[in-house]
Amino acid sequence: MAAPVAQNRLVRWIDHRLPVFTFLDHELHQYPTPRNLSYWWNFGSLAGIMLVIMIFSGIFLAMHYTPHKDLAFDSVERIMRDVNFGWLMRYIHMNGASFFFIATYIHIFRGLYYGSYKEPRELLWMLGVVILILMMATAFMGYVLPWGQMSYWGATVITNLFSAIPWIGEDIVTLLWGGFTVDNPTLNRFFSLHYLLPFVIVGVVVLHLVALHQHGSNNPLGIDRKGPQDSIPFHPYYTIKDMYGLAVFLLVYAAMVFYAPNFLGDPANYEPANPLVTPPHIVPEWYFLPFYAILRAIPNKLLGVVAMFGAILILFALPWLDRSRVRSARFRPVYKWFFWLLVIDCVVLTWVGANPPEGKFILIGRIATFWYFFHFLILVPLIGVLERPLPLPTSISAAVLGKGGPKLAGAGAPMEKP
Amino acid sequence: MADTANPHASGQPTRRDFLTLTAVATGVVGAGAAVWPFIDSLNPAKDTLALSTTDVDLAPIQPGQRVTVIWRGKPVFIDHRTPEEIEKARQVDVNALPDPEPDEARVQKPEWLVVVGVCTHLGCIPLGQKTGDARGEFGGWFCPCHGSVYDTSGRIRQGPAPANLTVPQYTFTSDTTIRIG
Amino acid sequence: MKRLLVAAALALGVAQPVLAAGEATPPPRQEWSFNGIFGTYDRAELQRGFQVYQDVCSGCHGLYHLAYRHLTDLGFSEEEVKAIAAQKQVPTINDEGETVERPAIPADKFVRPFPNEKAARAANNGAYPPDLSLITKARADGPDYVAALLTGYEEPPADFKLQEGMQYNKYFPGHQIAMPPPLTEGAVTYADGTPATVPQMAHDVAAFLHWAAEPNLEERHQIGLKVMLFLLAATVIFYAAKRRIWADVH
Repeated sequence: MAAPVAQNRLVRWIDHRLPVFTFLDHELHQYPTPRNLSYWWNFGSLAGIMLVIMIFSGIFLAMHYTPHKDLAFDSVERIMRDVNFGWLMRYIHMNGASFFFIATYIHIFRGLYYGSYKEPRELLWMLGVVILILMMATAFMGYVLPWGQMSYWGATVITNLFSAIPWIGEDIVTLLWGGFTVDNPTLNRFFSLHYLLPFVIVGVVVLHLVALHQHGSNNPLGIDRKGPQDSIPFHPYYTIKDMYGLAVFLLVYAAMVFYAPNFLGDPANYEPANPLVTPPHIVPEWYFLPFYAILRAIPNKLLGVVAMFGAILILFALPWLDRSRVRSARFRPVYKWFFWLLVIDCVVLTWVGANPPEGKFILIGRIATFWYFFHFLILVPLIGVLERPLPLPTSISAAVLGKGGPKLAGAGAPMEKP
Repeated sequence: MADTANPHASGQPTRRDFLTLTAVATGVVGAGAAVWPFIDSLNPAKDTLALSTTDVDLAPIQPGQRVTVIWRGKPVFIDHRTPEEIEKARQVDVNALPDPEPDEARVQKPEWLVVVGVCTHLGCIPLGQKTGDARGEFGGWFCPCHGSVYDTSGRIRQGPAPANLTVPQYTFTSDTTIRIG
Repeated sequence: MKRLLVAAALALGVAQPVLAAGEATPPPRQEWSFNGIFGTYDRAELQRGFQVYQDVCSGCHGLYHLAYRHLTDLGFSEEEVKAIAAQKQVPTINDEGETVERPAIPADKFVRPFPNEKAARAANNGAYPPDLSLITKARADGPDYVAALLTGYEEPPADFKLQEGMQYNKYFPGHQIAMPPPLTEGAVTYADGTPATVPQMAHDVAAFLHWAAEPNLEERHQIGLKVMLFLLAATVIFYAAKRRIWADVH
């Protein structure tokens, strides 16, 4: 199967000792991939590319940035004004965080719709949740670095979440700050960790890919591949498809960077941090808003924090909460509707999180928060048991090429094990 | 990413090859262009460049006095030479020097010698600016790191340094002021 | 740890935003030469705006992130910039180790009107005139807001309780602003003969301040256009290649 990698003698010499070329050939070139992946499958590689863009632009920004409370804001402005293309690097990095989250969130919802978290991909899914948590930590600490008003007060509010922990909360917060308030030691350690964590993410991404390549990608039908007719090699089919998707994605990203670079940001962060004045509305970046809404929906400090972290941690349990053996929502007539309700619920939570917690937003926020947990803890297990799935196609090629004859499997036929 | 031995090629290989090549070329050009701003960001920033000239008022410097000014973060030696020092610098047989250069080519006005005070060997700052400093046997500067000796024209005379002290670009903006850089 | 609790209360959304009362009127939209994909700065307008800043604002408001050398972007020659800088004195240390003053040079940052925040408050009845170098980015709809604020002074409504020494401004959050109306008809005499009406000066100085906040806007727009065109071409090429490569799969 493994054809000689190359005719080049040097390549063969190296490959004999360090099989990088064989590895790349296997995992990027021949790697058999379902032939029916839709464009929703582009967002994994897009997230990977965003990670590279963020690390690359971040390393160059770090060469000009000063992590000191008296100098951080000015050093960022120096980047914006005097460093060659500094404004471009910063706007790429700033908006890159948003586009990294856009790609990742779409990637996650794709996994939810097509049941990509189900057996045998539970660990693949869980590693993805670990990446999401690391991304959130990294993004949060990165937002603190310009030391603007929102940086400072965002850091204050988020670190104070840990004070909700009984008994030791206060001590933990003091430990996080390295002082009695968010101050220079906090900024220094956030910078250190903001530089470190992306490389930890790279490590987990490698594990994520190893887990992915163990069983290969899921696909829109959610059924396993049965033979070579169901697969195509990754290269050139998916390399070119990913490139096309990348170009479209970069078009949107570039439009933001060049024509609305501050649209997603908060004006208050162009004011230097002032520990004595809190801005009237403390709002996190948009990608944290749903979780922020959940935090505020619960009128108890500890429970609010627990709910916020629980909203993410619940994803770890999802492979076992969902009892349905059919992966793709395409064949799950009931789950499909609740999936879209969950999407709407998350949009509502984002909207609530962006608004001050007063009037109607309190009630809406509570309903939406309830629904979020109701979906994962009650609906998903129940639907998995009660729902009657549609008949599954016999094979990917049969379904895709439309010449597989009538779909043979009976209604609700359990998915075969590989 | 070369795609020469694609087993799935079929139909019209020419068009696919042309398209694939164009696509690969587009990707390479795009990535290359995207990297340039980052490389250029490593060059001196505008605030650094803004300080790349230094104006010096020569009026207070007495004959025989040497002063050091900072230009682009490096010391520049300004020597108000006495007639004897000028004489000494001009009596040398230029061709016998390790780095032959007549004194006339190193100054704009004979009494003012302006050189970058960085030893051309390995970048130390030579002694000779302060009155008590060792100036070496040629009355110029002496580098304590590896023993290079410079004369009153800042030319290398002894020791490991390969070249004379660099004369920076400067202009007389008036009779008694110069702009370095 | 009372402060801690306050911050935590904020996090939990218990504390209501204090400034909810007195919502400011949204500033009216104005025409700006720098809006849009092809937007550029109008150099004559920026120079007029700079004149307004120099003559009217600079007594109280700094432009901390700007250096005099940046003014060459406005179309001033190097000699003109040198002259502008030399009007100000900056502290330096002489050879005797004493702090003395020297004329500013183009490489210097704009000289601040007050040495520190306390001095600024002391000179302004306790109010702190904010630095203006990022003001249009630090406010929603910045240029519109600045122009509106400068022209938004009026008599307070009958039922409005104005504090001692404050002014009523309908565009300011809370409507009470410590800054007296800075612009009056003909406050400056424009070199290019433009009539110095209050709306004209407000518009000019807002444009200037937007340049001060975002000096690379023109370069950004120009590079952006090239990048977008390249990406469009790349999209077409990759799509064609994708169609061709996938032809034997479908």
